[in-house]
Amino acid sequence: MLNPEAKLNPKIFDTDVEQKPIRDGYGEGLVIAGGKDPNVVVLCADLTESTRSEAFAKKFPDRFFEVGVAEQNMATIAAGLGISGKVPFISSYATFSPGRNWEQIRTTIAYNDSNVKIAGHHAGISVGPDGATHQAIEDIATMRVMPNVKVFVPCDAIQAKKTTLAAAQIWGPIYIRFAREKTPVITTNDTPYTPGKADIFWVPSTGSGRGKKPQVAIIACGPLVYQALLAARELEKLGVGSVVLNNHTVKPMDEEKVVEVAKRCGAVVTVEEHQVMGGMGSAVAEALARKFPTPMEFVGMQNVFGESGKPAELIEKYGMGAKDIKTAALRVIKRKK
Amino acid sequence: MELHEEKLKFLEETAVKIREAIIEMLVEAGSGHSAGPLGMADVFTAFYFHILNHDPKRPDWPERDRLILSNGHICPVRYAAMAYAGYFPISELKTLRKIGSRLQGHPHRASLPGLETTSGPLGSGLSQAIGVALAARLNKAKYRVYCFTSDGEHDEGNFWEAVMFAGKNKISNLTVLVDRNNIQIDGFTENVMPLEPLREKYWSFGWNVLEIDGHNFEAIVDAVNEAKAIYEKPTVIIAHTVPGKGVSFMERDYLWHGKPPTKEEAAVAMKELRTLQGRIESEHQ
Repeated sequence: MLNPEAKLNPKIFDTDVEQKPIRDGYGEGLVIAGGKDPNVVVLCADLTESTRSEAFAKKFPDRFFEVGVAEQNMATIAAGLGISGKVPFISSYATFSPGRNWEQIRTTIAYNDSNVKIAGHHAGISVGPDGATHQAIEDIATMRVMPNVKVFVPCDAIQAKKTTLAAAQIWGPIYIRFAREKTPVITTNDTPYTPGKADIFWVPSTGSGRGKKPQVAIIACGPLVYQALLAARELEKLGVGSVVLNNHTVKPMDEEKVVEVAKRCGAVVTVEEHQVMGGMGSAVAEALARKFPTPMEFVGMQNVFGESGKPAELIEKYGMGAKDIKTAALRVIKRKK
Repeated sequence: MELHEEKLKFLEETAVKIREAIIEMLVEAGSGHSAGPLGMADVFTAFYFHILNHDPKRPDWPERDRLILSNGHICPVRYAAMAYAGYFPISELKTLRKIGSRLQGHPHRASLPGLETTSGPLGSGLSQAIGVALAARLNKAKYRVYCFTSDGEHDEGNFWEAVMFAGKNKISNLTVLVDRNNIQIDGFTENVMPLEPLREKYWSFGWNVLEIDGHNFEAIVDAVNEAKAIYEKPTVIIAHTVPGKGVSFMERDYLWHGKPPTKEEAAVAMKELRTLQGRIESEHQ
């Protein structure tokens, strides 16, 4: 059942559950952050509407900089602003930023320790019809490998807004990953959110009978948290108890909570719209290998590129939907000693 | 900010000391770049000892002018100028490129107070300088931003993205100085990737362009003064320099771009520097 402490959207499993693009939360968060702190500035590389930077640009025109189709310049100008007391957010698609400008981010933002927030939009294959060129599925890996850089992956529009506000207040380079499509609103304004603290969204039902003791921990991030919750509900119907952890901060990861759920369940499935190499699942594996080796399965892109298609079709074809998560859960449970 | 004869003499003598320090540092380090630092010694001397509004005892003074070095590999000249200006002890120059040193092989902001940015990977210094200049504009701060670049790094796409942006936004509190020494690692710039007509390129991107002899202190100071007086555009000063300046066997030879002198070569170099290539008698002889 949904963890009551998480105060999630009670209509989450209704067929008409509210859907909203995660990037909307970025736009809303930017305007609030800009109102709170006059040092917040926003840069965009010819994708102002699409990255939802528009509202900020209209409200604070003096603090908005259009750099044109030049992601390397955008990151590096932001580096200069960030070492001069400003709090710059840079907005583009994740394939270009932090894709094309990776070295600029490494040298002038990460190593230079400049207070820049990198907003990578249209991440994951759910970008859909634009195809693989525009589907960032490597960005968590390429960002989390950099010292000084934090990596945040909000699961819905509400959390994206909270994440954007938090990033404006936390000093240092931060990568935030956003998705394009409308996805179910999982959380509410009351859902607790603290960067660096993973939240349990699903727990085994209280009551008696099967499904009481959790047999698998599903650790997810981004919009696929919703698929993880659907899978947990299906598993419960089969009498398999599970825990779903929203692992929204990939770095610095809440290792304590990850180890805790691994100990409690004895098996782990990680779920992310990202390559299974180097992403959130890898971060979980690194932590568990050191602290509590546990059988694991990785749901994500299996060393392949995506393609054009509708988001739902792609999630199904590339094996990241609720059905696949359920299958992975049953598989990993069998591997328990 | 006029340049009196006495000050001019002081600058000339200081530039010699800085060149000597560069040779000593490179020999001690056993690796590093020779030609670029020697070629830019006069420019750095003019800036640290006459042009910059700065305080070596307060490297984080908010009102200081910002000097951003884009081509980080010529950092020995910056380190030497900073040490002689009083940022840190001259003896520390010998730690260049050694473990635990604040003088990293390519400059790192967090390692040494007074460095404005981390640099080395080419083509990104101008963008950073633009960010610093934009922050000054937003804060209505009076400090000026100077960005030194090499000519070779104009090959980088990122560099021209920045040139376009600065032109569009008329960032006039920013002055760029190009070390036009015509060499890069693989050879002469005009063979590797022609940059000319460089003046026209900048001009067409909306910049004010000045061209000077980068070894003439009066010309350097005059150009900076002119740049300060122009509010409609950013200014680029194309400073023609001789790579390896002051050491005859290094001058204009691109093979000296990325290597240090041996002990024997350094001894010859030091003698040449101390006698201004034989033009004067040195008390060291």
